[in-house]
Amino acid sequence: MSRSIKKGPYIDAKLLSRIEQMSKSGKKKVIKTWARRTTIPPEFVGYTFAVHNGNKFIPIFITENMVGHKLGEFAHTRTFRGH
Amino acid sequence: MARIAGVDLPRDKKVKISLTYIFGIGRTAALKILEEAKVDPEIRVKDLSDDNIRDIRNIISNDEKVEGALRTEIQMNIKRLMDIGCYRGLRHRRGLPARGQRTKTNARTRKGPRRTVSRKKKE
Repeated sequence: MSRSIKKGPYIDAKLLSRIEQMSKSGKKKVIKTWARRTTIPPEFVGYTFAVHNGNKFIPIFITENMVGHKLGEFAHTRTFRGH
Repeated sequence: MARIAGVDLPRDKKVKISLTYIFGIGRTAALKILEEAKVDPEIRVKDLSDDNIRDIRNIISNDEKVEGALRTEIQMNIKRLMDIGCYRGLRHRRGLPARGQRTKTNARTRKGPRRTVSRKKKE
């Protein structure tokens, strides 16, 4: 067992509580967040997050395939226009 | 002759080395298989009995993911990364290294042969 597994995934506590609230009230709103380092748990599936890329918020709809990745992986930070 | 998982094994090499000619079996897996089949890893393929070959074949088809099946699994994993639009998928699409290596120099395995851009001449 590797050390990182022992420590468990990092999930922003604020995001988790807001998802809980929304699932109770049944509403689905876009959540603005800077917590790019948050690992996506199965509870996030079906919600949309607006993830900051350093410039603006990129809307990301979470699908089942994305579980286990981090939010930041989906909001690209670089613009490459070619050489 | 010794045809396992659709691959011909070299007859004159030791079994533990021969098995690594199958895609998906390295040295560790080869030794594991041979131990399970109770075959001496040091003997040559041409000295294997038909029973030995049958045992090895059975173990590989039951426990190991090799050749075509393994290649498709790898492709599926890459395709998944590309479909969800994550950073690693993007790097695969671009044909660049996906694990944060430098690309200012090197990275030729992923990028292929150098494409030199010639300097502009003076007017």
